Amino acid sequence: MREILQQLEDKRAAARAGGGKKRIEAQHAKGRLTARERIELFLDASSFEEWDMFVEHRSSDFGMDEQKIPGDGVVTGHGTVNGRLVFVFSQDFTVFGGSLSEAHAEKICKVMDQAMKVGAPVIGLNDSGGARIQEGVASLAGYAEVFQRNILASGVVPQISLVMGPCAGGAVYSPAMTDFIFMVKDSSYMFVTGPDVVRTVTHENVTHEQLGGALTHSQKSGVADLAFENDVEALLQLRRFVDFLPASNREGPPARPTADPAERLELSLDTLVPANPNKPYDMRELIEKVVDEGDFFELASDFARNIVVGFGRLEGSTVGIVANQPMVLAGCLDIDSSRKAARFVRFCDCFNIPIVTFVDVPGFLPGTAQEHGAIIKHGAKLLYAYGEATVPKVTVITRKAYGGAYDVMSSKHLRGDVNYAWPTAEIAVMGPKGAVEIIFRADIGDAAAIAQRTEEYRAKFATPFVAGARGFIDDVIMPHSTRKRICRSLAMLRGKKIENPWKKHDNIPL
Amino acid sequence: MSPRPTHDEGDGLPVLPAGKPPFAKILIANRGEIACRIMRTARAMRIRTIAVHSEADADAAHVRMADEAYLIGPAPSAESYLSIQAIMDAIAKSGAEAVHPGYGFLSENREFAGALEKSGIVFIGPPASAIAAMGDKIESKKLAQKAGVSTVPGHLGVIKDAEEAVKIARGIGYPVMIKASAGGGGKGMRLATSDTETREGFRSATHEAKASFADDRVFIEKFIEEPRHIEIQVLADAHGTCLYLGERECSIQRRHQKVIEEAPSPFLDARTRAAMGEQAVALAKAVGYRSAGTVEFIVDAKRNFYFLEMNTRLQVEHPVTELVTDIDLVEQMIRIAAGEKLALKQKEVTLAGWAIEARIYAEDPFRSFLPSTGRLTRYREPLAGPGVRVDSGVYEGAEISIYYDPMIAKLIAYGEDRHQATTSVSAALDAFQIRGVAHNIPFLSALMRHPRFISGRLTTGFIAEEFPEGFHGAEADDNDRRLLAAIAVVVHHRTVLRDAHVSGRLSPPKPKGGADYVVVMGETHLPMTVAETAGGHAVIGAGSSIELTGDWRPGDTLYQGRADGREVTVQVDRAGIGYRLSRGGVTETVKVLSPTAAELARLMPVKQPPDMSRFLLSPMPGLLVSLAVAPGEEVKAGQELATVEAMKMENLLRAERDGKVSKLHAQPGDSLAVDQAILEFE
Repeated sequence: MREILQQLEDKRAAARAGGGKKRIEAQHAKGRLTARERIELFLDASSFEEWDMFVEHRSSDFGMDEQKIPGDGVVTGHGTVNGRLVFVFSQDFTVFGGSLSEAHAEKICKVMDQAMKVGAPVIGLNDSGGARIQEGVASLAGYAEVFQRNILASGVVPQISLVMGPCAGGAVYSPAMTDFIFMVKDSSYMFVTGPDVVRTVTHENVTHEQLGGALTHSQKSGVADLAFENDVEALLQLRRFVDFLPASNREGPPARPTADPAERLELSLDTLVPANPNKPYDMRELIEKVVDEGDFFELASDFARNIVVGFGRLEGSTVGIVANQPMVLAGCLDIDSSRKAARFVRFCDCFNIPIVTFVDVPGFLPGTAQEHGAIIKHGAKLLYAYGEATVPKVTVITRKAYGGAYDVMSSKHLRGDVNYAWPTAEIAVMGPKGAVEIIFRADIGDAAAIAQRTEEYRAKFATPFVAGARGFIDDVIMPHSTRKRICRSLAMLRGKKIENPWKKHDNIPL
Repeated sequence: MSPRPTHDEGDGLPVLPAGKPPFAKILIANRGEIACRIMRTARAMRIRTIAVHSEADADAAHVRMADEAYLIGPAPSAESYLSIQAIMDAIAKSGAEAVHPGYGFLSENREFAGALEKSGIVFIGPPASAIAAMGDKIESKKLAQKAGVSTVPGHLGVIKDAEEAVKIARGIGYPVMIKASAGGGGKGMRLATSDTETREGFRSATHEAKASFADDRVFIEKFIEEPRHIEIQVLADAHGTCLYLGERECSIQRRHQKVIEEAPSPFLDARTRAAMGEQAVALAKAVGYRSAGTVEFIVDAKRNFYFLEMNTRLQVEHPVTELVTDIDLVEQMIRIAAGEKLALKQKEVTLAGWAIEARIYAEDPFRSFLPSTGRLTRYREPLAGPGVRVDSGVYEGAEISIYYDPMIAKLIAYGEDRHQATTSVSAALDAFQIRGVAHNIPFLSALMRHPRFISGRLTTGFIAEEFPEGFHGAEADDNDRRLLAAIAVVVHHRTVLRDAHVSGRLSPPKPKGGADYVVVMGETHLPMTVAETAGGHAVIGAGSSIELTGDWRPGDTLYQGRADGREVTVQVDRAGIGYRLSRGGVTETVKVLSPTAAELARLMPVKQPPDMSRFLLSPMPGLLVSLAVAPGEEVKAGQELATVEAMKMENLLRAERDGKVSKLHAQPGDSLAVDQAILEFE
């Protein structure tokens, strides 16, 4: 009997050894952790329940039958983060370079299937050289099986990818379909075709890092939502991030105790908006002064910085925050910011997270680059996302809300539940200068007349009261009471229930 | 009324004396903390207060505080706070009976005092004649000599040429100082220890004086070694009474700007104090002085003192005198201006306890004290407890603009003795939270714990001598580090316990308890164990055990409690997965990790910050006005590269060495953040 038990221990030890001491050392030398070390850091201590430790590949070509390592390059199972259930798979670069075999894919599919059944997030820690070439189409089939599950799980359970090593070719499409992608600086990259192919085809000389490194994707392409310094920081930040997310679309956002009172006043917000309408201010200050404990988890902070998105908590419960950022491009909407915010709004709506929107938007960015880049379709995404969202939506207009962008930013007309404005709000078709030059085109040569008309327009329309008179704004509030008023509205909205008409699925302008 | 801070002030206002107020309405021709300070007393005297303000100050603290406020012009001082006409208009509109000028601006402007006199408005300050008499360095010295005040040996006449200068210098005895008559701020000043240096110094001082003040007159006086700056506060009424209210030592200066002031001086004895006081009174009487004034002396290592100049106004550092004498100087100025007699006699003036003032400036001590501007996103003064007073003219959300003095606030602490006052200043600085603009609190904290400051061996050269390479943060010793590490552990532990109480768990969280952590500070790993005790936590590790109490909760930006029974205040900011803790001028960024995580963290690569030496970086936030070079251009060391405008000043950036410009990263008109790349070299 003892021997039989010992056999189990031996098998386990073999699986834990992964690709062996040398490969583990090589992984460490690159400043990367092993698949198991990553899981250990990410999950609560001793909460990991591993599955399929003894799975091996079934390929026999090219001498593969001689090389079998239990687990086959991916560690899978479930565990907890602050006591809450999550499913996890962690690719093991020390075993066949983390390459994806049929068996490897099956392991991933198994945790995804289970996660959907019980309603818990799936977290993928990606570190893989790509397809297991020796397996041929079986490996490709494995990818597709994972893709299919990514698609089915989308909107059912949160899916997060933390890319901690290579992720190239078809492999990128699994993270691409998850809700969030995080990367590790200097050690991860993602691209569809690598630098060698790029050189052959387009004669461009480009490094892995330039083509698809963490900075490229978190700043230029927007593929990655955040880039972290190293494995340890990434995994500990991932824990913080998971704390914000509901377990599935069947549940509301998690809540935790806080000593931060809902009635907290922030007198300094009364001077946040500068007297000069063309002077920027940092919208993040407002967000940080509104959310619990000043704790705001910003996403895509280096991409499309003219809009700010991320999670915070109010009275302990998660809220999604979307805010125009006057510090960058005057906070206008463009292709990137519309895409960034639209995807975030849709995530919140999928998972029952109330959306708080802070508006200071002068309009859409003009120019051929924008028009030819299809700002019409991309801008429509954000409009669509807000309009279809059925979660509680509270909006605060701090300053400019001009033109179509006013409509887009969670306006009353898109079923905004509670729409507030600060006294500094200007809700109009356009700014006073532009408006006067159109309405009083005849007076354009007369500077004095134009100045007077501009002043008239400003007094009449560049205020929140015209919108207030029509009920498009529920109340004009003092900036210092913003937190209190939003908390109160969200408390009122806790029982909100509306449904969109039945449809097979919608047809958002992609 | 007592200017001393006490516990029972309630709204911060002193208790009112009975009787009719001396004026119904006064206008304060100033801004910032001093305007607020004056209003506080005026209001306590039931006098209506009138503020004046520039366009930039429409939302300023002094405007919010006043009963009435008048706009007097655009942001630049010359068009607002220095405009006599604009202020006269505001006086007429408001019906003010008297004007308090504060310090700076028009406080020592005899035309302003004259204009008020002509309009029958009371100037809460000295007669215009006294301002005039003390306004010129040479003239005032002559007057002082005549009044029997000891002056620095020297020659007050105008010096013709370098040879005459040498003759005079020999007569006085080396070392000597050559100074511009119209000088100030160190301009046109030269030290000479020999004939050759005198000739050279005379020429350059004359040249600089002409360039800076359009007045090339210079004079020569003895150079005082190990000089201290000690000044006497005088108070004179219109009825012949003139008192001296002890001294203030203001030796801690940085480039002639006072940083720390205290009363009494740790250096003076009773005999010297009385002698200085009597001479100060003699001078005040000689010029027919009225109101509060300050006679500045320079004191050498042997306690010889020499007259420097007289400031015919309320000084920035007046609160330290108020605290040790328990006399409200602003109240006295107002009463004197109204013609009241001083109720005090010299022998009733007693000095009790010790007061120290620290000036909090919006400047970055880590970047050679460059001024900083912007929005005070967080501004929390320490609680005014017994012995702590904060005079400020800002609030959370206020703007530190480029137009005015960068002083944010004055922190004044009062104690039984110097040690107690120093300790109070330190503790209050630890609790003083300023974010959004850079500030000198770390530097002030470092001064308070500097052994030479503690020992009282001060000279005006203190900062230059002790910080010759500038300031790079207070030295953290092992005790500081251990304490910050222990507090980080408690902060983290409480956060971890709280975070575990999230909804939707599979099973309830473990009851509270202790835990093992590793505190990571830079390369150092300190294993520490936290255990719960009856009153708080015990943190054991790094060779010691610290008992910590305090009611810190997640989100609090201040940890206030006790460490081994001693009071401790630490500022806590979240920084990614770690924390930034500051106390006593020391700031540490720490991570608190589980032992496993700490072990794995050792495997993480140490990343070198990117090499920025190939880049021209903006030294300050500002506007890129122009670029003098184009890509591909070869530049020589010293060649002009770009102009950045900040604080209304155009700063020329030059090439540090030869090179070739490869790429421009910014265009004229761009606003630049500090350290933002402007261009790149090959």
